Amino acid sequence: MGEYGGYLFPNDLHILWGLMIVMYPYVTGLVAGAFILSSLYHVFNRDELRPIGRLSLVASLGFLLAAPLTLLLHLGHPERGINAMITPNLSSAMAMFGFIYAGYLALLVFEIWLVHRVDIIMLAARSQGIKRSFYKLLALGVYDVSKEAKAVDHRVLIVLAAIGIPGAALLHGYVGFIFGAVKANPWWSTPLMPIVFLCSAIVSGIAMVIILYQIGMKFSGRGIDAPCMQSLARWLWLFVILTVSMELLEIMTLAYEAAEEWQVIGPLLTNQLAFSFIGIQLVLGAMIPIILLGIVVLMSPYLTDQIRNTLCFVSSLLLLMQVFAMRWNVVIGGQTFSKSLRGYREAHKPELFEKEGIALAIVVFVIPLVFIILFNRVLPLFERAEKETPDATGAEPC
Amino acid sequence: MPTTRPDNPVLPDQPPTPDRRRDCDEACDRRAFLKRGARVVGASVATVVLFDLMELEQMAEASGVVTQPVGAAPAGGYDWTKHQYIYLIDLRKCIGCGSCVRACSRENDVPAGHFRTWVERYEISRTGETMIESPNGGLDGFEPVVTGEDIAKAFFFPKLCCHCTHTPCVQLCPVGASYRTLDGVVLVDETRCIGCGYCVQGCPYGSRFIHPETHTASKCTLCYHRITRGLATACVEACPVGARRLGNAKKVGDEVAEIIATQRVQVLQPELLTEPNCYYLGLTMEAR
Repeated sequence: MGEYGGYLFPNDLHILWGLMIVMYPYVTGLVAGAFILSSLYHVFNRDELRPIGRLSLVASLGFLLAAPLTLLLHLGHPERGINAMITPNLSSAMAMFGFIYAGYLALLVFEIWLVHRVDIIMLAARSQGIKRSFYKLLALGVYDVSKEAKAVDHRVLIVLAAIGIPGAALLHGYVGFIFGAVKANPWWSTPLMPIVFLCSAIVSGIAMVIILYQIGMKFSGRGIDAPCMQSLARWLWLFVILTVSMELLEIMTLAYEAAEEWQVIGPLLTNQLAFSFIGIQLVLGAMIPIILLGIVVLMSPYLTDQIRNTLCFVSSLLLLMQVFAMRWNVVIGGQTFSKSLRGYREAHKPELFEKEGIALAIVVFVIPLVFIILFNRVLPLFERAEKETPDATGAEPC
Repeated sequence: MPTTRPDNPVLPDQPPTPDRRRDCDEACDRRAFLKRGARVVGASVATVVLFDLMELEQMAEASGVVTQPVGAAPAGGYDWTKHQYIYLIDLRKCIGCGSCVRACSRENDVPAGHFRTWVERYEISRTGETMIESPNGGLDGFEPVVTGEDIAKAFFFPKLCCHCTHTPCVQLCPVGASYRTLDGVVLVDETRCIGCGYCVQGCPYGSRFIHPETHTASKCTLCYHRITRGLATACVEACPVGARRLGNAKKVGDEVAEIIATQRVQVLQPELLTEPNCYYLGLTMEAR
């Protein structure tokens, strides 16, 4: 303090929103991204995406279940967190989280149930004892698997997914809004924020599903569906390009206008955030995947399945890193400078073991993965049920 | 604060019609049981509400504030409808002694390293270089400084919560723990705050912090416990040169209101349209 360009307001010495608030948009982004991907199959009839239709839905639910943990770990009084729903301040962007979350959870659970309904009934018919009772419980007393019933299922599914798309956009666009609507912070306060968040959410969701799908196929000894992977790569490429374009446009506008905020943001990007912004968010996490996915998309006829799968896998890993870096750069970057706009805080280094530390962040990230594995045990995610579907009477477990 | 008592459950008490009399015994038993139950529950609720109200009254007496509904006539004590607090800082008078910061810290038990009010020192050279510092928030005053620069302009710059009329902190608080009183003071209800820190992020002036012990948002209360008893805030009281003044915009002939109305005053970051109620005399363009 005391040097030119280095003055922080006395209350601005510490970073208040740490790793968990970085995880929060990251995890909800995976939710929204995976859901929108599943909708491409369920609503827009992209049949080539059928192999990941269920996986992406269940992945979405897994991450949705873990999302509130990040907030609860962050809050000074997590026991009062529910007050945001009981006595919400309706002018607060943050107060909407509980409602959007609850609505989205209900929709997602219902949609997953509908998608797996026929499987549940078949599994109930096939199994014995406690297992049978469990599946019967999951079937909720409906055992109709006639063609008409399935047609109704499909229609309801389309409606649900169609509600879910704006729902997912709302859930994640809203997370961007939480930052974008803070006028005190020039690095956050931009109407582009919700859109950038949403696009990068779709990127992370597709990337996550590519990785889970490839690993899932590897472990279950099945082959990776080439048209599906090709389609995923195409969608991923489109959304990375959109995301990075908007991220760059934002910076270019700020730099070109060179208003008061650029005096603090410019040095922030080239000094404090040089590694995470230029290194990861722009070069390693964006430029390289754009090139790799470009190869997959533009040179598809010349690629073997293995090369395509490897290129997609590597790009997805890099993009998961890129989106995490983007969240980090927004959340931590926005707090790295003081509101005095004249000084920077020390670099934020989360501890391994603390409430908002690295260990718990990993736990939050692992919970959805465990959920997906367990779900796959109960209701297989990669099987095509249609071939084995018996007629309505055959499926009647009672 | 509970203002209405919950209604006792209303039970149907019409006599049973003749054709219903068959199962009257059972029904009457159930009805009698429910009635008795309702009385017990009603009485308990009433007792709890009564005790709650008594406790609130005691708390109000202890704090010297007479609780009254919005817009009500004064009830002998403090009437918040007759107050609209405004704060005036004269930068030309402040000597940077830090008495205000110390007084605030003592009065409000402000945790070390955090500040409800603080003082900055600005030194601006002829070439426009600006040096700013606020060692320990100005709590210990300022050491004399020798710089290599040719200082053209220097001043001390006290700051506190601006108690904005359209304050982002109240808008952002997800549970309504941050609120603005009718007399224009922005406060935090510690018993409701969930400690999310959104208000701290939303305050453009850096005047909020998360209290390290209570884990809730904390800020300048404009010494609400003092001003509602007709006393000045601790910082105003402690200022040896009268650089800090508290006024009441609703009082006819109020000196501070008069200065704000007639002189060239400025607020911090007016472009954000938060409408601060803390005004400055002698603010220059370098100050932020």
